[in-house]
Amino acid sequence: MISLTINNLKIEVPEGTTLLEAAKKIGVNIPTLCNFEGREAIGACRVCVVEVEGARTLVASCATPVSEGMKVYTNSKRVRDARKTVVELLLSEHNGECKTCDRNNDCELQSLAYQMGIEEIGLIGETARQHIDKTTPALIRDNGKCIKCRRCVAACNEIQSVGALFPQGRGFDSVIGPAFMLDLDTVACVQCGQCVAVCPVGAITERSHIDDVWKALDDPNKLVVVQTAPAIRAALGECFGYEPGTLVTGKMVTALRQLGFDKVFDTNFAADLTIIEEGTELLVRLKEKIVEGKKVALPQFTSCSPGWINFTEYFYPEYLDNLSSCKSPQQMFGALAKSYYAEMMCKDIDEIVVVSIMPCTAKKYECQRDEMNSSGIQDVDYVLTTRELGKMIKQAGIDFKSLPDSKMDSPLGLSSGAADIFANTGGVMEAAIRTVYEIVTGRELPTENLHIDAIMGLDGVKRASLKIEGTLPEWSFLEGVELKAGVAHGLGNSRKIFQAIENGEEFHFIEVMTCPGGCIGGGGQPRHTDDSVRLKRIAAIYAEDEGKQLRKSHENPDIQRLYERFLGKPLSETSHHLLHTHYHQKPVC
Amino acid sequence: MSQEKCLGCQEVTEEDLLLQLDGILDDYVGKPGGLIPALQIAQKLFGYLPKSAIKLISKKLSIAYSEVTGVISFYSFFSTVPRGKYMVRVCLGTACYVRGGKEVLSSLQKELEIGVGGTTGDGLFSLDIGRCFGACGLAPVLMVNDDIHQRVKAEKVKELIEFYRDLELTKIKEKAG
Ligand code: SF4
Ligand code: SF4
Ligand code: SF4
Ligand code: FES
Repeated sequence: MISLTINNLKIEVPEGTTLLEAAKKIGVNIPTLCNFEGREAIGACRVCVVEVEGARTLVASCATPVSEGMKVYTNSKRVRDARKTVVELLLSEHNGECKTCDRNNDCELQSLAYQMGIEEIGLIGETARQHIDKTTPALIRDNGKCIKCRRCVAACNEIQSVGALFPQGRGFDSVIGPAFMLDLDTVACVQCGQCVAVCPVGAITERSHIDDVWKALDDPNKLVVVQTAPAIRAALGECFGYEPGTLVTGKMVTALRQLGFDKVFDTNFAADLTIIEEGTELLVRLKEKIVEGKKVALPQFTSCSPGWINFTEYFYPEYLDNLSSCKSPQQMFGALAKSYYAEMMCKDIDEIVVVSIMPCTAKKYECQRDEMNSSGIQDVDYVLTTRELGKMIKQAGIDFKSLPDSKMDSPLGLSSGAADIFANTGGVMEAAIRTVYEIVTGRELPTENLHIDAIMGLDGVKRASLKIEGTLPEWSFLEGVELKAGVAHGLGNSRKIFQAIENGEEFHFIEVMTCPGGCIGGGGQPRHTDDSVRLKRIAAIYAEDEGKQLRKSHENPDIQRLYERFLGKPLSETSHHLLHTHYHQKPVC
Repeated sequence: MSQEKCLGCQEVTEEDLLLQLDGILDDYVGKPGGLIPALQIAQKLFGYLPKSAIKLISKKLSIAYSEVTGVISFYSFFSTVPRGKYMVRVCLGTACYVRGGKEVLSSLQKELEIGVGGTTGDGLFSLDIGRCFGACGLAPVLMVNDDIHQRVKAEKVKELIEFYRDLELTKIKEKAG
């Protein structure tokens, strides 16, 4: 342990701790811009400088480790002046208008300017050149607002291993962006929005669908239905000042009704349906392989996460057959809303507008894919991120905190706890095993609380194996089989799974979620998401799951009714038409 | 046995060069720090860095395309447009600038009908801006490949370019015998 003082307060911390981390431990906040959890400090912005007694110059606290006997001051005049100058410099070349910026009120640069008491920008310099890139379905990039902190580079390259964004050029004229300073549609970008989630300013944002949704809501001839993804209920509260990990399911439903949605449904319903279809698909693949000796693509990969689909299409096309043919829950929902539900309501499909609330930017891309028109027209019309929903609720003048709770509508609103946990890493796998195990053995999964500990938590790659014993006659070919599951989150980690497969490791089923932590850490979630926030949201999701009587997808009575009345059985022709899809290779550059 | 192709007496196509590059890159696969040497080799081979070569390097060395172009754009040594036979560099250091460097540059642009960083259609000339060549006393200065030209006047630029055009013509005639 190293002991030092910060603002004359004594503290002991382990060797290797940075001054920034040490200060945080005793409640001293130091402002940062370029610092980014999980990446080695680059010390670029100098906003985090502090004074160390005896040192000639101020040091960047994010990049300076503690040492014995250090005396650190985080709030001296020298420090305050230096920080103020840094922020003034950034503002002097910043090409943006707070009043009309997506990040107004949610911008790290803006709040630093406020914090530093900057009332006037004394320095006048050349401002960054503005170029607005609107070439992709999910993202808008504006170079003029970029402060070159390179957090997006770390997210895109180090965490996602996609590598779409890098510094291009040198000096003042350099920009952070795709190859040759061109637009994002000229390189492989999976649209995950992790760059959006980490950008401290308004230089990368989601493409907003708010205006389209208001327009639909204002149109008396449209029946506007909304679905909410599992991860929203554990994060939306943060837009209104709740602690991360506060569940706001009931208030969210009330707010959506007050916004004017005709029906408030749940993507979770479609998640339960996904488990039935995808679980059956896995069993069919296993049977074809073990009993019929066919060459089938195993392990089966989950297919709920559109960024992951993109990633496989770009970088691992030889594995496309391994992806489950199931659409994501969002798209299953859209197809059902404009078929099953439309018939039930005696509506033409073009009278129905389907809006999704998603923790994800890639969902904006997914709903526009050519394959996602199974009803005859685009199945999901608009996608709002959690942040956008938060904005709409504020625009409508709804006092979120004082709302009463209410419940989702029928028949696409009821869901099991298994659907809730689709929100976090390991959840889809656990949900699938709860159902598959019971189909095959006729018995409930014999683990505590129906959880599979080995695949819970934030480790990047997780493995679980489960011996199947006491099978029903129909599934006797699985007797004694060790079912091997692999789970990865953050696309960089999925490469480790591919590597393991190539090294000969056996898996039957693999879950990949694009974003770190799963959807609860998606590119459309309230900022700022770090591991402590991820863990809180995950805890909330498990609490939602455990709080339900209904914990298993196949026990959802509305799903059973859907099969009886409409789909027939899992993997039926109707299912294939509406709920399944196919993939194709994409050129990387 | 693979057939050795003689490339000396025929037009070398981009595909041939890519094949050659592909072979050379085998030595750099999986080696850290291999990117810059790989780019240098490719530039030597092609005379510049065409997109096809950049893509090949990105793929073979498993380095993201945007990262490779980021490195390329960082070093002015690398060029992604074909370079002319004669590289014309105009110094715009302070001394040259105040003594007419800027005018020299604009009359070069007019004469060659290209911008900074461009190459003439016949592949003869490329135009670029140089940092100080260390001949401030004789400003404004420009370089054509390794030849230094001092006290250049904007009105004389045409003459200078004609000189190189003639030189090239003579060479071609000599070659034709
Ligand atoms: S990025 Fe931040 S500082 Fe810049 S215009 Fe937007 S809100 Fe203002
Ligand atoms: S959306 Fe994802 S893949 Fe695309 S640039 Fe951003 S981080 Fe990279
Ligand atoms: S786009 Fe945002 S995250 Fe990326 S370098 Fe610019 S300011 Fe930083
Ligand atoms: S946060 Fe420390 S230098 Fe940027």
